[in-house]
Amino acid sequence: MPRLPAGIRIMSLIATQGLTLGYRGNTVLRDVNISIERGEIVTIVGPNGSGKSSLLRAIIGAMSPMSGQVQRAPGLRIGYVPQNLSIDGTLPLTVWRFLNLPARACRADVQSALETAGVKGLGNQQMTQLSGGQFQRVLLARALLAQPDLLILDEPTQGLDQPGAAAFYAQIEQVRRARGCAVLMVSHDLHVVMAASDRVLCLNGHVCCEGTPQVVADAPEYRALFGTGTGGTLALYRHDHDHDHHHDHGVH
Amino acid sequence: MIRAGLAGLGVALAAAPLGCFVVWRRMAYFGDATSHAAILGVALALATDLPVFAGVLVVALAMALLLAGLSGRWVSSDALLGVLSHAALALGLVAISLIDDVRVDLEGYLFGEILAVTARDVLIIWTGAALVCSLLIWRWQGLLMATLSADLAVASGMNPRRESLILTLAMAVTVAVAIKVVGALLIAAMLVIPAAAARPLARTPEMMALFACLIGAASALGGLGGSFAFDTPTGPSIVALAAGLFALSAAFAPLIRRAE
Repeated sequence: MPRLPAGIRIMSLIATQGLTLGYRGNTVLRDVNISIERGEIVTIVGPNGSGKSSLLRAIIGAMSPMSGQVQRAPGLRIGYVPQNLSIDGTLPLTVWRFLNLPARACRADVQSALETAGVKGLGNQQMTQLSGGQFQRVLLARALLAQPDLLILDEPTQGLDQPGAAAFYAQIEQVRRARGCAVLMVSHDLHVVMAASDRVLCLNGHVCCEGTPQVVADAPEYRALFGTGTGGTLALYRHDHDHDHHHDHGVH
Repeated sequence: MIRAGLAGLGVALAAAPLGCFVVWRRMAYFGDATSHAAILGVALALATDLPVFAGVLVVALAMALLLAGLSGRWVSSDALLGVLSHAALALGLVAISLIDDVRVDLEGYLFGEILAVTARDVLIIWTGAALVCSLLIWRWQGLLMATLSADLAVASGMNPRRESLILTLAMAVTVAVAIKVVGALLIAAMLVIPAAAARPLARTPEMMALFACLIGAASALGGLGGSFAFDTPTGPSIVALAAGLFALSAAFAPLIRRAE
């Protein structure tokens, strides 16, 4: 991570400058300039392969950028909830033991993290025996144990049914209120996301549009990707030809 | 006899907890390939007048590093491991046969020769075992984290590649100390079988490693005793007993699960 010159203080938890990401020379996401502020809930939406997970992985440091950089506030603590965590059946692991990774935590902290995540009393269960919703909440509890300033969740409701997903997002909102941490998440559940986020980033190989949920929902780029939902306003927004994504595939 | 017992115990105590990681990370073939490379190490040692331990350590380490480096790039590493594993074994056997001025007890290197260990061998085995165990204990939390998920480990400020490297190193040391005891063909068995047998008995990773040590130690001592009593080859007797304990543990697994 590049060090900031002395005397300069960034207020953002995370700031990216000209961040470009890819695998083996194939660019997935280019020129991303975003910042995450303290206490806000930011949601990333975008079609499959639009670079959402790559952006999160670059922010946690699991992926090095092709160019550009990620700046983190000094001493930033990140709690990460991965997209999927498959635990091999040969690894015996109680919820309690899992929550003591990577650092041993004291009993009271574990108890309180489980409670905040809405799964108190599960401590002695084996991780492999949990339901999908319980599993995600335990992952959330583990992320909370780091006392994070920023909670990062990658499609946390994958595999949950709609009520389960809604309950999970309500839990996130509650966590934010209880802990005051910022939340950065990737999600497919557009309706829920739009209601629960302070800010939305719409990705499709680059940042198409960003802003409050209302601004993004009205943006032509967003509508081109996701349609207009159930609003019945489809006829008003016939802009299939007025956005520039098609040019990406053509000859310049 | 006491020396043989100590040698067997030393190998069991190094191989069992490392074997847990081999099982959790699905690296059984990896262990197989690394231990087959030991024969090539024996050939190297004979050709260069190095001690056998040193030759095996060098080649096993090279093989393990090669595999670790390749595994990220190839999608189907299963076939690749199969090729390298048997290629190493075959090359090793060919290389040993080419060193014709030395009379080599090939069987001893393939199946182990625990009754022929010297006091110096025992010292080397216990030094190696102590090294492996302290590496694993020192990095335990990080190794577990990296085993669960590389991304989670990175997010917690760890370096999963370094943790894999530590396992690779531990694997090479274990192969080097185990070759005289169970032989190149059966080292992988000492890694995998006690760990697999311990799985149904344990609720946490630490308990599994502990039970694996106990099962490994019981197999080493019991197999040694059995080979004396029935005049059977020692290495295979140890592994056969471990396999028996695995069968027993697997048979009782449903009962244990119901009791929980």
